[in-house]
Amino acid sequence: MFDYSTLKIIWWLLVGVLLVGFAIMDGHDMGVGTLLPFVGRNDVERRVIINTVGPHWDGNQVWFITGGGAIFAAWPLVYATAFSGFYWAMLLVLWALFFRPVGFDYRSKIANTTWRSVWDWGLFVGGTVPPLIFGVAFGNLLQGVPFQFDAYLVSTYTGSFWQLLNPFALLTGVVSTAMITMQGGSYLAHRTEGIIQARTIRATMGAALVMILAFVAAGFWLQSIDGYRITSVVNASAMPDPLSKTVVREAGAWMANYGQQPLMWLLPALGVLGAAVAAVLVVMRHTLIAFISSSLAIVGVIGTAGASMFPFVMPSSTSLASSLTVWDSVSSHLTLGVMFWATMIFMPMIIVYTSWAYSVMRGKVTAAYIRENDHAAY
Amino acid sequence: MISNELVDLSRLQFAVTALYHFLFVPLTLGMVWILVIMESVYVMTGNVIWKDMTRFWGKLFGINFALGVTTGITMEFQFGTNWAYYSHYVGDIFGAPLAIEGLMAFFLESTMIGLFFFGWNRLSRNQHLMVTVLMAVGTNLSALWILIANGWMQNPVGSEFSYLTMRMEMTDFWAVLFNPDAQAKFVHTVSAGYVTGAMFVLSISSWYLLKGRDIEFAKRSFRVAAAFGLASVCSVIVLGDESGYTVGEAQQTKLAAMEAMWETKPAPAGLALLAGINEAEQKNDWEVEIPWVMGILGTRSLSKEIPGIHEIKAKNRERIVQGIKAVSALEALRANREDPAAKQAFERYKADLGFGLLLRKYVLNVNQATPEMIEQAVNDTVPRVLPMFWGFRIMVGLGFAMLVLFGLAFYSTIRSSYQQKPWLLKWSLWMLPAPWVACELGWFVAEYGRQPWTIYGVLPTHMSVSTLSVGNLYGSLAGFIGFYTVLLVVEMFLMFKFSRMGPGSLGTGRYQNDISPHTPVTSA
Repeated sequence: MFDYSTLKIIWWLLVGVLLVGFAIMDGHDMGVGTLLPFVGRNDVERRVIINTVGPHWDGNQVWFITGGGAIFAAWPLVYATAFSGFYWAMLLVLWALFFRPVGFDYRSKIANTTWRSVWDWGLFVGGTVPPLIFGVAFGNLLQGVPFQFDAYLVSTYTGSFWQLLNPFALLTGVVSTAMITMQGGSYLAHRTEGIIQARTIRATMGAALVMILAFVAAGFWLQSIDGYRITSVVNASAMPDPLSKTVVREAGAWMANYGQQPLMWLLPALGVLGAAVAAVLVVMRHTLIAFISSSLAIVGVIGTAGASMFPFVMPSSTSLASSLTVWDSVSSHLTLGVMFWATMIFMPMIIVYTSWAYSVMRGKVTAAYIRENDHAAY
Repeated sequence: MISNELVDLSRLQFAVTALYHFLFVPLTLGMVWILVIMESVYVMTGNVIWKDMTRFWGKLFGINFALGVTTGITMEFQFGTNWAYYSHYVGDIFGAPLAIEGLMAFFLESTMIGLFFFGWNRLSRNQHLMVTVLMAVGTNLSALWILIANGWMQNPVGSEFSYLTMRMEMTDFWAVLFNPDAQAKFVHTVSAGYVTGAMFVLSISSWYLLKGRDIEFAKRSFRVAAAFGLASVCSVIVLGDESGYTVGEAQQTKLAAMEAMWETKPAPAGLALLAGINEAEQKNDWEVEIPWVMGILGTRSLSKEIPGIHEIKAKNRERIVQGIKAVSALEALRANREDPAAKQAFERYKADLGFGLLLRKYVLNVNQATPEMIEQAVNDTVPRVLPMFWGFRIMVGLGFAMLVLFGLAFYSTIRSSYQQKPWLLKWSLWMLPAPWVACELGWFVAEYGRQPWTIYGVLPTHMSVSTLSVGNLYGSLAGFIGFYTVLLVVEMFLMFKFSRMGPGSLGTGRYQNDISPHTPVTSA
């Protein structure tokens, strides 16, 4: 159907779509988790907040699971190298995520303030730590990660966990956390009213502002850090073999794509404008359009990171040839084809029934709703 | 060289997290259909007690489901974090069913479970029933895809090794999908889940009946569980036998270890019901044998032989020796992809590549393997017999005990006499842990029995791990054990609490121990 090089590009786009889908969908309930202890000041308020995402968080979390599965299937070398290299970072994400299913489901089953408060902070951790770490991880990908392959393609990571927490990566961590908080806030403002909504609007505006400032700062910083460039001839349809290429590391290399494709500037512009428009709209209480605008900002920000690095996915700072790219870290032609069709068949179905679920549960969540559904609601 | 300690710790962590995950999965798989049955009766009869049954058992289902989700994410992470070389080496085949599982099954079950709990007042009766059915289909499809992935580990069809990419690549997706091992495993595993769900409802309903509480509610629940349980336990046993048969074709080693068959016996071989296993001398000190049964079950014939452990090891010794040549040729090809002599040698010996790689546990350059190393590698190819033999027997024994229990329970529901049989109710209550023990042992026999391979005959476990330090593993293992212990305590606490409260916890005013509509929030 498609030749191998086309499928490699398609899968780069599809992984991008899945990551953006994850940030938009799971991102909004994670952002709600981040805001929960601050915007909700008593038990009923917190239950209102939790129940805006109560029926949906589980389905949304599958964007994350499927994103991981798709990277495993489409880019097995990236999955293997990144997950084992970022061992402790990944475990922190995982352990933070532990708090979500139990936090949502168990919190309101016992009427005790300490119990509920513990799970509220659990939901905060589960909503805040993953976006922070993913942001930090992207910051490290942009700088290159210390790993290398031997002839068997066994990867060895030679860095440490603390090394991941460098200034640039912490800045991208702020971008990511603020972006997800903004996304959660614009959703929460749409589903609540009164004092909760008013507090949420202020928080959303603040998050959007922080995101814009941090994103622009990271953009300027990016021009001075070393990027990566393939210097050997790329045969896009060749069997994937990461060690067969040569790569150089040079300042400003991540800006090269923008020189060749000026239209790419639309991505960072979308990131900044989307967030700014979301902040304005949420204040004007056009909450639904604000949520859409915030989602577009996510497309812009993640798109910027991905497109700047193209064709690199995970450059190696210590063994340049080991760097993983769209061309040489992928699955076989057959697997990419099978996975492409599986995605084309199931993704539209997922979008249809997810939309239906949201439309069934549409409307404001109120304190009255919580009282009426005391034993059924979260 | 990869240390044995790292490999053992990585295996331990995988086993701990997988066995723990599998405490929650079978109950989900089975209870979801019990919910479908109960809600269908509600929709057909309009009798509200069936709606309350769906909601109450649904509450317990939800408590269990939360931990199923929590511990399931670990499994998805762990291939990458701890089994990086495995992920690279077979991700081309293994990753696809995992991703499709997400797309086809997880999205469906997770979206529908939200509507199941929150949609009662927003959906029509028929719409809500449809949601419950879709949730059940989703959970069961997820079992299908993960067992397709697991079936491929046991019987790696539809793929071949490429020295250019240094990994296995898929050659036939349909062969992976319709792998006979995967199909038999799927039906056996989901049926075991159905038995678990039925036992859970049967036990707790029996407790209400023993206490004389919420009789009408408990009676109906007992009946559903007895009927569903009997059908499921029959399916487990028949399909378990079918997996035994496919094991006979693809993985004779597992069968030989499971049955403590040291020697190849003349066909049709007898089944050692019990045996005194002497691992040191590689023989059984005594056996209680039923003639013919093993041969008939394992080969579906009276004339085919089933190879014993000694014969299997002799065959594996030849394959390891051939495998050394395959590994040497591969290494030459990795140094020079065009080396014609190496290409030729590799084509000739590549079927035994995995066996050659077994030696890398003892020496990095397999050409320097001593006869002692080869002997050790040969011995590695058969897992320890004692845990396999007894693990399998306890699982099967529990299966038959549950068959008897569900048979009696079902018979008494037809006669409507179970309320007069406190011994039956007590037995139902005390058998509650049985399906969990059987499920965990089933996992153990299937996966420990695959050792020393992660992918049978293709990739040794020893090579599959991530290159982490041993300290990392101790740290993460401690973290998992800590988290999982706390989570288990919390989960059990809620399960006991809501089981004791019974349907009164719905706050409908129709049951004993009803809680007031607004429970005030109290301080600790």
